[in-house]
Amino acid sequence: MQSPSSYVLSAVGIDKVFPGAKALDRVDFSLRRGEVHALLGENGAGKSTLVKCLTGAYRRDGGRILLDGEEVDPRDTLEAQQLGIGTVYQEVNLLPNLTVAENLFLGRQPRRFGLVDARAMNRRARALLAEYDLDIDVTAGLSAYSVAVQQVVAIARAVDLSGKVLILDEPTASLDTHEVALLFRIVRRLKERGLGIVFITHFLEQVYEISDRITVLRNGQLVGTRETAELPRRDLIAMMLGRELVGEVGSGHRHATTGGDVRYRFRAFGRKGHIRPFDLDVRTGEVVGIAGLLGSGRTETAEILFGAERADSGTAEADDRPLDLSSPRAAIREKFGFCPEDRKVDGIVGDLSVRENIALALQARRGWARPLSRGEQDRLADHYIKALDIRTSDREKPIRLLSGGNQQKAILARWLATNPDFLILDEPTRGIDVGAHAEIIRLIEELCGKGMSLIVISSELEELVAYSSRVLVLRDRAHVAELAGERVTTGAIVEAIAASDGRAGT
Amino acid sequence: MSATLKAYARRLLPQVAALAVILLMVSLAFPGFFKLEIQNGRLYGSLIDILNRGAPVALLAIGMTVVIATKGIDLSVGAVMAICGAVAAACITSGYGLAMTLLITLGTGVLCGLWNGLLVAVLDIQPIIATLVLMVAGRGIAQLVTEGAILTFNHPGLIFIGSGSFLGLPMPVVIWLVFGIAVALVVRRTALGMLIEALGVNRRAAMLSGVSTGVLLIAAYMLSGLCAAIAGTIAAADIRGADANNAGLWLELDAILAVVVGGTSLLGGRFSIAASLIGALIIQAINTGILLSGFPPEFNLIIKAAIIVLILVIQSPRAQTAFAWFSRPRAAAAGKAGEEAK
Repeated sequence: MQSPSSYVLSAVGIDKVFPGAKALDRVDFSLRRGEVHALLGENGAGKSTLVKCLTGAYRRDGGRILLDGEEVDPRDTLEAQQLGIGTVYQEVNLLPNLTVAENLFLGRQPRRFGLVDARAMNRRARALLAEYDLDIDVTAGLSAYSVAVQQVVAIARAVDLSGKVLILDEPTASLDTHEVALLFRIVRRLKERGLGIVFITHFLEQVYEISDRITVLRNGQLVGTRETAELPRRDLIAMMLGRELVGEVGSGHRHATTGGDVRYRFRAFGRKGHIRPFDLDVRTGEVVGIAGLLGSGRTETAEILFGAERADSGTAEADDRPLDLSSPRAAIREKFGFCPEDRKVDGIVGDLSVRENIALALQARRGWARPLSRGEQDRLADHYIKALDIRTSDREKPIRLLSGGNQQKAILARWLATNPDFLILDEPTRGIDVGAHAEIIRLIEELCGKGMSLIVISSELEELVAYSSRVLVLRDRAHVAELAGERVTTGAIVEAIAASDGRAGT
Repeated sequence: MSATLKAYARRLLPQVAALAVILLMVSLAFPGFFKLEIQNGRLYGSLIDILNRGAPVALLAIGMTVVIATKGIDLSVGAVMAICGAVAAACITSGYGLAMTLLITLGTGVLCGLWNGLLVAVLDIQPIIATLVLMVAGRGIAQLVTEGAILTFNHPGLIFIGSGSFLGLPMPVVIWLVFGIAVALVVRRTALGMLIEALGVNRRAAMLSGVSTGVLLIAAYMLSGLCAAIAGTIAAADIRGADANNAGLWLELDAILAVVVGGTSLLGGRFSIAASLIGALIIQAINTGILLSGFPPEFNLIIKAAIIVLILVIQSPRAQTAFAWFSRPRAAAAGKAGEEAK
């Protein structure tokens, strides 16, 4: 530990519990004066929860926050701002219908005889923005400017208000290369002025370009804090995705490689803006894993295979017969199934019962005029509740009352009921408890053994390695590598993700 | 099977109870309320009057229930009633036969529904805005059809729909009962009901499960348009003329109210057509009851509002929890624990 004075902000042992899940588990985080500190982790790792605890948007359940060595306890974002902690979000939270100057001074406009002194405000706004080399018409509406300029205005406002700590939550997500460069110039200047800057992003190049230190979270726990210069890219990805023993885990029993013939052939399959065209062969009785960081095109690949997004190039064939994957409905007719990543938004139909949720896809495929009788639905539901060990008091319980793992099993049951040949699972084990986790992995292996073709997307590399016969590695919305046989190891996957051959700075 | 029946009875209990209480209260103020008599082979009496007067709202409530179950709303039904009444009058006065007139009228209603459905399902416009378009434009269209006048007719066949009787019941009653039962049966005996509920609760999840959400949405609005067309025909036949300005005026609000009193959530999902029909009867019973019990007419709207607020309070989730707590403290505690586990 360094002397406390070198830290502008430190958080010690932060806990945050949401109903049914521990979002942060004794996380430590410290920010030096004049450093850019990258906060990294996959979806649901706890990045934004930590930031919200620091800014008072959430009440933490445990731990201390020290600002300039003194303990603080911001009750809301306003108080955090007054203490010196400012935040800028990806979606700029300013008022687009007001002028730039009004946005900068909203709530603290210079007054004269009790009225807003617009001239003084505009003058001060110009002076403020001049520090950022931004020479724009401050009397024009904010919406007249690009997102990048709006970001800078938001930063200017946050720094002017707070001035000690600046938290940037995915500020570069919607910026192009030049705008990112502009933003980074400003960040460097603020750093020289002694601000502590927290930078959340999932673009690793940007992390290496701008940050001094890196803190990685996973599943609500602190994985570690390192100096950026001393942390090779490969180790960083290992911190984010795998456990510590990178390169050691390979699967012992690879029954799947001996799987059947190639059944599904996708050629130059892709969609502009979603995923670059890729080739993919899938055998019967095989699990093909998909690995990559957040935003690398994992979910996009799943959606295009299932027709949730229509492919605009390439062909799909099964048994040398063209497949119609123009919509989920068409894909289901081709005996495809898809368990989406965001269970709550895309998967469950919350108010309907477990029974109806399980019967839904089969019923939709049969069409409205051929209803499954209540008896058939009951049998179906009872069968899968037993087979997958779905913990529910009875089959008529609304599915939203089930725990995440049991919801996931019910969604799996929905697809198994349609007896699919090709099943796509997007993060099937995210956010569910350990017991259900193991059961779902066992189920994947069992389905594969029965001759089903599976595509499984996961950010748990050990898991992927354990059941996949091949792993596709994605980066920047393109398929960049395919690992098969002996090469399916966590180490090889991390290497493939980390290899940054000839790419631009964004 | 008996369990299903029991669940069904439990679902309808609050509405049936509310209707019974209102009828009892009216009968206290107006002793002859439950009296029924037969004249010329047709039943007469206040109860029959409620069934008869309630026909337009009951019909609208059928379609509105399905639309609301999809998480939508159809504000245009009152205006569509006016359009269809005008079309019916225009057709019959220009010499079309009764069958042709009805076909054109109902077709017009379905077309109106198709328009709403396309705006909602294809263009993804919020239902309240999408149907507002036709709500505003509809009366103008109706006035164009009637050329600004009240278009009267005296075709006995068409008039029969408004004031004739069948098996002792007024025609409007027969129509809404038969149509309501038919729609309820079609929706529940096929998978439509479940698919519509899935679509209403989570459209994207339903779409990813292979439900043809677009087609279902459009069909729901077309059904609503058809219901409005039937209601519009009855309203016009009843007064033997098409009044573009007043036919179906504000009835969309009564229809929405009937659905809500019937316990279907405006957030979509679970729905019951039977409960909505009882809801429509509750509204009409209040209207008729206030008139019969001799209150000064200026009190009508206020009393109606007060009774409806009462019914909604009794149905509200908070009141339901309170009742559950009073009746079964242990079960309620267990339920709460279950929620926390989530």
